[in-house]
Amino acid sequence: MNRAPLLFLGIFMTLAFSWTGIVLINQISYGKLTPVYDETEGKTFPLTPTGLAMQGKRVYEDLGCIYCHTQQVRRPGFGVDDKRGWGDRQSVARDYIREGRVLLGTMRTGPDLRNVGARYVGESGREWHIRHFYDPQITSPGSIMPHFAFLFETRKIVGQPSPHAIQRLLPADYQPPLGYEIVPTRRADALIEYLLSLNDSYTYPQESRYIVTEPEPASETSGAAAPTTEPAK
Amino acid sequence: MSEQPSTPTIVASFKPGARADIAARAELSEIDASTRAPLMLFLVSAVLWLIVGTAFAIISSYKLHSPGFLGDIEWLTFGRARTAHLNAVIYGWATNAAVGVAFWLMARLSRSVVRHGGILLFAVALWNIGVTIGIIGILKGDSTSVEWLEMPTYATPLLFIAYALVGAWAVITFRYGKSKHIYVSQWYILAALFWFPWLYSVAQMMIIFAPARGTVQALVNWWFGHNVLGLWFTPIGLASVYYFLPKVLGKPIHSYYLSILGFWSLAIFYNWAGVHHLVGGPVPAWVITAGIAASFMMVVPVVVTGINHHLTMIGSFSALKYSPTLRFIVFGAVNYTLTSLIGSLMAARSVSETLHFTHFVVAHAHHGMYAFFTMVMFGAIYYILPRILLREWPNATLIRTHFWATAVGSMVYVVGLSIGGVVQGLMMNHTSPDGSVTYTVLQVVEATIPYLFSRSVAGILITVGHLAFAVNFFWMLSKKPVSQSSAPTLFRNPEEMELAAK
Repeated sequence: MNRAPLLFLGIFMTLAFSWTGIVLINQISYGKLTPVYDETEGKTFPLTPTGLAMQGKRVYEDLGCIYCHTQQVRRPGFGVDDKRGWGDRQSVARDYIREGRVLLGTMRTGPDLRNVGARYVGESGREWHIRHFYDPQITSPGSIMPHFAFLFETRKIVGQPSPHAIQRLLPADYQPPLGYEIVPTRRADALIEYLLSLNDSYTYPQESRYIVTEPEPASETSGAAAPTTEPAK
Repeated sequence: MSEQPSTPTIVASFKPGARADIAARAELSEIDASTRAPLMLFLVSAVLWLIVGTAFAIISSYKLHSPGFLGDIEWLTFGRARTAHLNAVIYGWATNAAVGVAFWLMARLSRSVVRHGGILLFAVALWNIGVTIGIIGILKGDSTSVEWLEMPTYATPLLFIAYALVGAWAVITFRYGKSKHIYVSQWYILAALFWFPWLYSVAQMMIIFAPARGTVQALVNWWFGHNVLGLWFTPIGLASVYYFLPKVLGKPIHSYYLSILGFWSLAIFYNWAGVHHLVGGPVPAWVITAGIAASFMMVVPVVVTGINHHLTMIGSFSALKYSPTLRFIVFGAVNYTLTSLIGSLMAARSVSETLHFTHFVVAHAHHGMYAFFTMVMFGAIYYILPRILLREWPNATLIRTHFWATAVGSMVYVVGLSIGGVVQGLMMNHTSPDGSVTYTVLQVVEATIPYLFSRSVAGILITVGHLAFAVNFFWMLSKKPVSQSSAPTLFRNPEEMELAAK
């Protein structure tokens, strides 16, 4: 009894089914989302990342940050992402359309980073990241994040000390020997620039209808909460 | 499996020379002999990758509770060592072992002498060069950071070509086979060999080479990532169980019809299940819902297959005392049932809300890939190697050490890290009466450290097991072949067995 053709047909059809459903249909239905121009802001969202930030994203990828940090905020009422200050609204598909590679992540050994650029802002944010990357124990004692001191260079001061030297930000036991200075490599600068750029605070008019802003009273038991009717602020 | 006129005793099954069907045995020997060169290449590379992967595993595990460990070496930073571990065990160990075992089963079940063995030799060489380049690429910082597809673009085409050669070879062997019947194990192997390249090529194209826009990538990623387990490793693991269980016990599989139901329900439901990795994520909710439904429907193939295996085993559990192959295979089969049922539960939205993003998922992945798949592969290798090398495993104590260290180690791993994951998930989502979160992320991290430590302990146990296996394996390779009808390696001698197996 040889039913090989039937067997092959079945094997083909089963995977074709999920390939169509998961890959093809979604590529057709939302694979061509476009950025949105906001007239009041005069900008197109999501914002185009700067070149340095895009280089920083490559550093984020090559160091494997994704294995401990997600970049997706769950809706209020499903988990406590909003209460942790990880984002005012849930992440939506349009947030990711300008990223070459989408880094949603599946693990939260550390916090979500989708809006880390809203939490650590500007020069003070940059300085926090420098201390934190040099050794997470400086800013976050007890952290199990590896230190990334190898993104910094300890070098002999030749002539004028570098204006980019960062040892002034570090505690006493991290100070380099006399006559030496610590400077961030380009990769460190890029990575920090990338983190500073992560900020999805803009709410798209189209998606606002579907974005849950307040926890549903009954959503604890019903898995999928209905979207609120009010637009998000 | 073919019906025997009378069910032979275990001893008869273990002693090939003693049976009447010497002609069939001779044919099998000839087939086995023809598989020798490529199969040995697959298995030697598999074992070497197993050791490499284990080393990276220990480094990564240790770093997660003692982050300063090797902290200044960029090549071994956690994100890279962990990724090197995954790729070494998935594409190095597991795939080499899977293809090796699958192709040996294929040759035997099709009753086909290996034709064009050169294709396979070339494929296995190419595959391992690809994996090596890929892992070095990851370590030096060229990882793509796409889970399960981290190898850089200069390595993956090699893998694809190597894979295509294996697939082509398998179809040739199947077509030239003399067997009139298509065995259950062959369904699984043919399906797996067909599914994997489809998954791999679509995922590579849509994520790496010509990326889809936005989170469509994430859907493709988990359609691929989960199906590598479900439609590649699981079918080959199950094919091995379906072959070795009846083979070692010397009796047929309990029900042919249950195996049909198990196969087709797995084929239909498993490939939709992967998107449960995106519960709560920025992808269309209906896809997630479909994925959750499919994950629950996976109970059907899992329970059906579990019952079928159990009813085959029933009455023969005493054989576990004697046969190393059986011990590993049964341990794996039981854990297949367990991990799959847990997996179905994890897909539920309410469960996922807590356990998603935690160490529980890592524990679950190792439950499936290690306690099920890897253990089944160990069992298969213990059976196959003496038959193709015509010599015996040198040391039963090493086999026993291997079994107990890996069995206990994997259970400590899964239980410890699962509890850690539950603790992590509950603390992360815990809110005080005033509505604010109760614990900071650092407090959650601190609470999980004992469980992360238990993983390192489990890892050391597993390492001991792997070293025992590797020593026995290479010791065996260095021995001289004995006569054709050598006795199989058993934990006890056959006289004792005959009494017990009555």
